[in-house]
Amino acid sequence: MSWFALYRRYAAASLRGQLQYRASFALIVLATLLQTGIEFVGVWALFARFGQVQGWRLQEVALFYGMISVTWSLCDAIGRGFDTFDRMLKQGELDRLLLRPRSTVLQLLGQELTLRRAGRLLQGAAVLTYAGTAIAWTPAKVALLVAAIAGGVCAFLGLLVLQATSAFWTIESLEVWNAFTYGGVTMNQYPLAIYRSWLRDLFTYVIPLACVCYLPGLALLDRSDPLGAPEVARWLAPLAGPAFLALCLLAWRGGVRHYQSTGS
Amino acid sequence: MTPYLAIISARFRMLLQYRAAAIAGVATQIFFGLVLIMVYDAFYRSARAAPPMAFAQLASYVWLGQLLLRMLPWHADSEWRDMVRSGAIAYELCRPVDLYGFVFAREVASHTAPTLLRALPMLVFAALVLPLVGLDAWRLAPPPTLAAGAGFAAALASSLVLGCAFGVLLDNALLWTVSGDGLVMLVTTSVTFFSGMLIPLPLFPDWAQRALGWSPFAGLVDLPFRIYSGHIAGAEIASAIARQLGWTLVLVVFGRWLLGRGLRRVVVQGG
Repeated sequence: MSWFALYRRYAAASLRGQLQYRASFALIVLATLLQTGIEFVGVWALFARFGQVQGWRLQEVALFYGMISVTWSLCDAIGRGFDTFDRMLKQGELDRLLLRPRSTVLQLLGQELTLRRAGRLLQGAAVLTYAGTAIAWTPAKVALLVAAIAGGVCAFLGLLVLQATSAFWTIESLEVWNAFTYGGVTMNQYPLAIYRSWLRDLFTYVIPLACVCYLPGLALLDRSDPLGAPEVARWLAPLAGPAFLALCLLAWRGGVRHYQSTGS
Repeated sequence: MTPYLAIISARFRMLLQYRAAAIAGVATQIFFGLVLIMVYDAFYRSARAAPPMAFAQLASYVWLGQLLLRMLPWHADSEWRDMVRSGAIAYELCRPVDLYGFVFAREVASHTAPTLLRALPMLVFAALVLPLVGLDAWRLAPPPTLAAGAGFAAALASSLVLGCAFGVLLDNALLWTVSGDGLVMLVTTSVTFFSGMLIPLPLFPDWAQRALGWSPFAGLVDLPFRIYSGHIAGAEIASAIARQLGWTLVLVVFGRWLLGRGLRRVVVQGG
């Protein structure tokens, strides 16, 4: 069976399981929609008070906000197996995966396709739609948006893989990774130009989240970068996502090789 | 009083065990604090009219929010949930202590111990390290007057009991629902939005200020933090604390009534 067909089976099984409790599922989606919805009300309130932030209007900021929300919720849905990997590790369940003739990455991705975050995805899509009404769309821009979101899912997935890899050494997966995942989401909700240079550099060159949100976002908005990133960088930056993921998977391989089982 | 103090101290010691997690959590929260301050800094530099609170007051607000994050009612007591589900609640019913007091005392410990673990290192960072690296404008400044400091101490204590009263309500809900997830999410969403954790309440539109200030959630975060920075001063301090305590009283009375109702539904099987 091809890896894709196998993943489809994993996903189908996971979805069937989650849809067993339909009412509770619907309630949780509604609650997350509310929870993330009021978060955007906070952004709106700041713009109602201040009018603009460093020359950016609410509808422009909404583009970054919507892109990063959609990206993160998609990654969160497929990457759950890596997110909760420390528990597997502690219970020695990784041994089972290692015994099977398939890659650990595929099996961990197949652990769960989480639907619970559908509320966040809906909210992100709504904000993105609001932002999109002000954009002069061309086929190239649509392609760039799709590439940015795909690249972003890769970048976030890379972070989750690194978080899981670190658990080989620390056992507990430490809350500090939240600074990069949730922290990355929070800071990319606003245009990167408003932050101090050390933070911008961290999220451009070390963790390439700006490459999948801020830089392509500038191209979509037809805005020049206040920081002077060249035009071509805006269009090619999403490629940093898959490149980052490849590096993280290399680290993962090193971690698996380092792994010693907890025993029976 | 002694049994309740014993419950608090036992839980407290247990919760102090998670030190590594606390250190990692502190780093994350400091990061979030810095990002938030940079965002507000950008907004403040673009402001055309004077914002309703000074930037130094806002910086204090943000840091206090990170320092005291764990004092807020974020979840129901998971051990209590297990007691309700497994029937072990029967043992608690046999004890010669008031059950509301028992649950409340557990809440007091779980709101204070993690806060203490995390607040001290963050305080050092926000109050001492930031000025050292030249970010004086972003620091957590001490309260401007002695009255503000004393008022903050009183308001913080009131915020703690108010938060615990909210926590007990969440615990009570477990007597009716299996997981309580839906209700917990509803309450935490309201806490985030209406307390000032999402954005400081004075930054919301002016027409919403009166309603926001009177909600029970304002007493958790907004009122004590604004007393700290001198944004609420003079006679207003007393009125703010009175509002906190008034809401606490309402929640305690309601929680006691709810617990009584809930206990009538509890069925413990087996011997």
